[in-house]
Amino acid sequence: MDTILSVKDLEVEFATYGGTVKAVRGVSFDVTRGETLAIVGESGCGKSVTVQSLMGLIPMPPGKITGGTATLNGKNILNLPPAEANKFRGVEVGMIFQDPMSSLNPTMTIGDQIAETLKVHRGKSDQEAFKLAVELLERTHIPEAPKRAKQYPFEFSGGMLQRAMIAQSLACNPAILIADEPTTALDVTIQAQILELMLELQRTENMSIILITHDLAVVARMADRVAVMYAGQVIESGTVDDIFYRSSHPYTLGLKEAMPSNTHDRDKSLSPILGSPPDLFKPPVGCGYCARCPYAMTICAEHLPTATAISESHEARCWLHHRTAPDIEELHQLEDQDAG
Amino acid sequence: MLVRTEKLKKHFMIGRGQTLHAVDGISLTIDENEILGLVGESGSGKSTFGKALIGLHPKTSGEAYYDGERLPDRFSTKDHLHYSKQMQMIFQDPYSSLNPRMTVLDIVGEGPGIQGQQSNSEIRDKVAFWLERVGLNADHMSRYPHEFSGGQRQRIGIARAMIIEPRFVVCDEPISALDVSVQAQVINLLDELKQSMGLTLLFIAHDLSMVRYVSDRMAVMYLGSMAEVGPSNDVFFEPQHPYTQFLVESNPEPDPNLERRRAFKPIVGEITSPVNVQAGCRFADRCPKVMDRCLVETPDLIALPGDRQVACHLFD
Repeated sequence: MDTILSVKDLEVEFATYGGTVKAVRGVSFDVTRGETLAIVGESGCGKSVTVQSLMGLIPMPPGKITGGTATLNGKNILNLPPAEANKFRGVEVGMIFQDPMSSLNPTMTIGDQIAETLKVHRGKSDQEAFKLAVELLERTHIPEAPKRAKQYPFEFSGGMLQRAMIAQSLACNPAILIADEPTTALDVTIQAQILELMLELQRTENMSIILITHDLAVVARMADRVAVMYAGQVIESGTVDDIFYRSSHPYTLGLKEAMPSNTHDRDKSLSPILGSPPDLFKPPVGCGYCARCPYAMTICAEHLPTATAISESHEARCWLHHRTAPDIEELHQLEDQDAG
Repeated sequence: MLVRTEKLKKHFMIGRGQTLHAVDGISLTIDENEILGLVGESGSGKSTFGKALIGLHPKTSGEAYYDGERLPDRFSTKDHLHYSKQMQMIFQDPYSSLNPRMTVLDIVGEGPGIQGQQSNSEIRDKVAFWLERVGLNADHMSRYPHEFSGGQRQRIGIARAMIIEPRFVVCDEPISALDVSVQAQVINLLDELKQSMGLTLLFIAHDLSMVRYVSDRMAVMYLGSMAEVGPSNDVFFEPQHPYTQFLVESNPEPDPNLERRRAFKPIVGEITSPVNVQAGCRFADRCPKVMDRCLVETPDLIALPGDRQVACHLFD
């Protein structure tokens, strides 16, 4: 497999008045060419911080990358000096954000903002860059692109702004597009349009996508592989089918049971995950999910579980997958019997 | 039937002689002890409808009835005092809907305080009871909103509405700001309160799967008008109105196999502006089945078998 980006044991901390928050605690993943990796998790699990640190977007201080490596095309991209970082940021890796309104400059026209990227990174002239910007807007299916390129962000709707952001991120034909909750602020019909656009561009450009989201339905639509994050760690990773049909971490199972399904068991009641995520000022010694886990054992509170391979493509960080542990399916059946 | 609206309209004058038709003639009934889910895209007027119904916005025209009694077009302070014993609201944003300078005791106890007839210690006991009831620690009543997480704040908002022991509650996107695992906690709580208190709920949301799961009947709004109403499962699994069909098709499912099989053609275009709306079907400009008639004649709700209604000329 053609690995483009390889992240190993990434650790990120933030110094705050309340102490040091360990936001990312040893995250590893690979991205291969043309695939979509979805990073899923709840607010505060460290999914955005992970990709922001790759892009050099973490303000330092208070942020600090305390460990790990990230290799893009054979080159470490962590802790680069700003001049170096600018060379790959927006060129080899493009990024789009949740809130396009606050990510674009309100005082510049959309066309000029896209053209700026081309001028800085590609050394294009003003006119050439603007012409290319219009073409990019057309590629993201913005109607009347030449006219729209001369408009300002406030004249665009949320969906159109997200298209413009995608156009901008494509300016330098990046190998990877990082999309941080790209459709969270959009309505489902517009979300469907944007997701379809991303899939289309991925096919035509053979681009990899890292999709950050909390929405498992979006993951099911988009992802080839999935990394589930909890409390600053990847607790389960695998192909999209591994994660949905062979979920192995109790947290992943819990997430699935907390959402309504429109397919089978459609009137089964929702089982919420009780409690809330741990305080990352003082990360737990053992498994981060232990306090909320219905299957927690003594060892879970005392020792951090290591990642256990479940199949060639599938890994979970849970003591239940240790060879001496009880079988989670059996536990599940027992529980169902009790409930019944 | 507990709540009924008849051609309810709420227009906003936005200057230069322009009118924003936020809610444009909604007729709807909500039965006692029912959860009615109201879905629609942003800008479809669903929140404005909820607010106009319980008197937070004066109505432009049309009528609203509560328990057979006609609600005033513009609520006076006295009306608010009277109807707030019956009707309450839970807001979308658990951050901006709680006053940061008030303690939880003040926030939750404010309603009973205004309603009068209770001593401070009675109110305090009641607040403690309701905090426990919604799953919060009663010892935390002297804390301020910023000391709570999003899900906990939403529970404070629920306690504030429920302490009045209303019969009808408008829930305006009560779970949109919450994480998946916490959404289920809040939904189960609302469901449990509905059962035990015999509540009637208007549940406004844009998450179709959640609305289908929660509500008995579902109403779909588009650009200030009602597109379709009916039992939730029927509307979701057999949508009749072309807009509802698009909405359901756009709704992704947490199931990769299903998503791979999906014949996907996202709806073209975006919701149009509700300013100075002309006659005709609101959805005509995006509808694949548009006819000449749709451009000139506004469709009324047509009754279909199985307690369903749809506003579309195709069914005439």
